[in-house]
Amino acid sequence: MTIGAYLPILFLVILSTLFAVGSMIAAAKLTPRKWTTAKLQPYESGIVPEEGKEGQRFPVKFYLTAMLFIIFDIETAFLYPWAVAYGELKVFGLIEMAVFMFILIAAYAYVWKRGGLEWAE
Amino acid sequence: MIGNVIDWIGAPVIIAAVKVVIVFLVLLVVTMLVIWFERRVLAFMQSRHGPNRHGPFGLGQTLADGIKLFFKEDFRPKNADRWAYAIAPVAAMVPSFLAFAVIPIGDHITIGDRRVDFLVSDLNIGLLYFLAMGSIGVYGVVLAGWASGSKYPLLGGVRSTAQLISYEIALGLSLVPIVLVTGSLSTKTIVAAQAGTIGDVTVFDGIPLLQQVQGLFSFVPNWYIWSQWPAFLIFLIAGIAETNRAPFDLPEAETELVAGFHTEYSGIRFAMFFLGEYIHVVAISAMAVTLFFGGWHGPVFGVVEWLWPLVWFTLKVLFFVYLFVWVRATLPRFRYDRLMWLGWKRLIPGALIWILATAIVNTQGIHRNIRLGVFGLLFLAVVVWMWRGDPRLGLIKPVTRSRVREVPSGNL
Repeated sequence: MTIGAYLPILFLVILSTLFAVGSMIAAAKLTPRKWTTAKLQPYESGIVPEEGKEGQRFPVKFYLTAMLFIIFDIETAFLYPWAVAYGELKVFGLIEMAVFMFILIAAYAYVWKRGGLEWAE
Repeated sequence: MIGNVIDWIGAPVIIAAVKVVIVFLVLLVVTMLVIWFERRVLAFMQSRHGPNRHGPFGLGQTLADGIKLFFKEDFRPKNADRWAYAIAPVAAMVPSFLAFAVIPIGDHITIGDRRVDFLVSDLNIGLLYFLAMGSIGVYGVVLAGWASGSKYPLLGGVRSTAQLISYEIALGLSLVPIVLVTGSLSTKTIVAAQAGTIGDVTVFDGIPLLQQVQGLFSFVPNWYIWSQWPAFLIFLIAGIAETNRAPFDLPEAETELVAGFHTEYSGIRFAMFFLGEYIHVVAISAMAVTLFFGGWHGPVFGVVEWLWPLVWFTLKVLFFVYLFVWVRATLPRFRYDRLMWLGWKRLIPGALIWILATAIVNTQGIHRNIRLGVFGLLFLAVVVWMWRGDPRLGLIKPVTRSRVREVPSGNL
């Protein structure tokens, strides 16, 4: 396995990006432009929209979900090399991962009990 | 002359370029067919006709829609962030194409003395790469929601982000048992490991009864679905959620968020989100086939031997695309807190326990009966865990005859 395996993927990146950017530029040149004030306003189901985009707020809950995601995603990334090497690690690998998972599940149970996974109050 | 050109650039480079162009074009055509297929099947399930005007069976409908969208006015709302708004559709579409690079769609052909696999690139980190492309696709949704500078897209964007990252963990964890069994992240190796029949499995050696039962099923192909179906169920649920499809289509819930993160998009930019979503559906289906249903394996009859794997693979993927549509036609949309509950409190612990169960049954050096025993207990734990509903829900008592009669009647 060499770096050459990534060559087709580089080609695919270039091809699909060219396709996307090319069609957007072509559409910009070919399509009609009849801008009106109402058309450029944010869509709010037909009523006059509130002005100012900086004032938008959304629940902090989303931020907490993102933090939890990072913890669990790192764990997933950690499980992959373990799974690949499992054939050689044998019982040692099983105990190692059981300990790791126990620590993680303890943290998970704590988050659950403290209500970190509840969405609706 | 042509020989000189090939020598100068190098045959592998040319083969790679040709493969990429073919896969790209085929994906575009397949997407059009899948959109048509979905609309027809949905119509069939709802007792109506569906698109049937453009071309035979309405096959040209998607092409007509595409051309229409291409020539629609292309404008940017006043509040939108200029660059992020332009980049978002590209960031949503390109990773969907890239995810397809590691999916083996067939065996191989021999051109001259060169073996050419029906696979864009056999990465040794194939599965990790597939997951990574799924994650990068989230950027398109986040950027679109934030850059539009409007209420509904922002809400749709953050909702979608929370949903995608939650189910991505479950998706990632559901692939670990497969890696554990195969010992490789390469999709090509995983497909190769599913050759043969169930008769080749050796885990029951020495238990006469189980071996006899195994003998009865020795004609069944040795796919991972038989031993890994809990992982498959988690993969399928998380996969549907990852593609933002019903019943997990909350990011674009029409009834409350207009069109979610792409409310402010029109014309060709909207078409790109659409394209990305459908390629993602095909990619998840293809991955399910590759990991759990033996990839391109299937019986080969007669003359054109390299063609049969392609046919089998296409049929299997078509089944999963049909499943996606079927689910969409059948199930109502989740409520957001129920969605989070399913992802965080059922799928993730279930997947973790299942990884442990798979690890134990595959450990060399422990007595086989202990392995099978502990595996059985963990297996039961997974099934019970996944089956249990949310205790907060409670059960709604059905309205019985006697309760109906209690309703006061008479002159009002």
